[in-house]
Amino acid sequence: METARPMSMLVRPPEAAAPAAVAGEAVRSTLAPAPKLVVEHLAAGFGRATVLRDVDLAVPERSILAVIGPSGCGKSTFLRCLNRMHELVPGAWARGKLLLDGDDLNAGDVDPVLLRRRVGMVFQRPNPFPTMSIRDNVAAGLRLNGIAGNHGEIVERCLRQAALWDEVKDRLGASALSLSGGQQQRLCIARALAVEPEVLLMDEPASALDPIATAKVEDLLHELKARYTIVIVTHNMQQAARVSDQTAFFYMGDLIEVGPTDRIFTAPRKQRTEDYVTGKFG
Amino acid sequence: MGMTHTDRVYDKELQDLRDQLLAMGGRVEAQLAASVRAVVERDPALAEQVKRADAEVNRLEVQIDDACRRILALRQPAASDLRFIATALKIVVDLERMGDLAVNIADRAIDLAQAPQLRPFHDLEALADLTQAQLRKALDAFVRADAAKAEEVIAGDDLLDALYLKIFNELLAWMMEDSRVIRRATSMMFAAKHLERFGDHCINLAEMVVYMVRGTDVRHPHSRGTPGTT
Repeated sequence: METARPMSMLVRPPEAAAPAAVAGEAVRSTLAPAPKLVVEHLAAGFGRATVLRDVDLAVPERSILAVIGPSGCGKSTFLRCLNRMHELVPGAWARGKLLLDGDDLNAGDVDPVLLRRRVGMVFQRPNPFPTMSIRDNVAAGLRLNGIAGNHGEIVERCLRQAALWDEVKDRLGASALSLSGGQQQRLCIARALAVEPEVLLMDEPASALDPIATAKVEDLLHELKARYTIVIVTHNMQQAARVSDQTAFFYMGDLIEVGPTDRIFTAPRKQRTEDYVTGKFG
Repeated sequence: MGMTHTDRVYDKELQDLRDQLLAMGGRVEAQLAASVRAVVERDPALAEQVKRADAEVNRLEVQIDDACRRILALRQPAASDLRFIATALKIVVDLERMGDLAVNIADRAIDLAQAPQLRPFHDLEALADLTQAQLRKALDAFVRADAAKAEEVIAGDDLLDALYLKIFNELLAWMMEDSRVIRRATSMMFAAKHLERFGDHCINLAEMVVYMVRGTDVRHPHSRGTPGTT
């Protein structure tokens, strides 16, 4: 079902590392939670079809935004716009501002490849590189990005952060496919973490997992939040309710409502949201 | 609430719960009316009937609690459904307490019927009418999900309190004049107090209806030290 490839595979070797997108690092107040990611008037589509209209929202640093909505509402497109993966599809277009720490990621001079190092992605189905070992899967992104240093140390750190280390530390050379589905998904999270992104995008990361593996991924999300800003798309409303700080509800290409998760699930302001979270969509 | 759930069984579960709450509310209303009639008409047999019928109110409380727990566990209700369940779980306690107060009033009826009537029960009847109107209005606000009506109930409590105070003072004066009436006057005072408490439970009910409809908590407006989550 998932056709796109992991971001790390799209990244070019480091000689292209010229115009860093981290130029204008703004001085931020330490008091208010600074928005890490700000989306302004984002619109996107394919050819003449518009699938996302005029989306405005902000994701505070070190928080989790859950994106919910019925199939075809534009939530996956929204996620793919955030690291400019959407534009990889022929005929796809996106307009509007996408500010990461104040830098407009949609600006013409931004190298999407470098952007995708700052904004990593984890997909619905675990997609480890099948011919590689567990260790090499995590290190792959580093190699492809030409990141030097002690890979062994980085591999251990990422596997620890992905809460997988204890389960695999004695068999790092084993094939990634020897892991269970839930472990493979955490391996993919470790791989995404290896290039030290600032934002993690997750597209239904637990939809192919059983409840225990799902619980582990959700538990992991709480830990990752201490370091990363996370945007997660999910069909599972209870999951959105459990893991996120903010929830955004999309419907037919419009952002209907975004707000603190507890408010969205106890007293949403928009009737559409109300109908969706109570299961009244006919 | 107009639109129905995609899962119609869930819809029916919520509707059944609403019906049970209304049935319980109706029961309590009838219990209150009968208990006051037992006082006014000096009818101990009717009072005994009220005491026996309380079992049904209690049974409904358990049944409704059970239904709420089942829905919480199996449906994970959200938004207005969640607020409805939260409301149900709370008002069922108030309704049960109101049922108990009707029983307490019935006990006073039995006691008062054992001695000659000292004077008419006009004010007590007026207080009972007010209380009953409050309950009916609160239940109506609940059924229609009408927050404005619930707010009328909340505002209406002042009248009830004023009338209770008037009865209290009169009975007090009366007891000071003639110590032979103390027992009967005390019984009447208790009956009035029970009605006043009954009215307070109507307020709780109305406050929960406002929460259910609007998602805002209007309880304890004067003791909000910390920022709420409304």
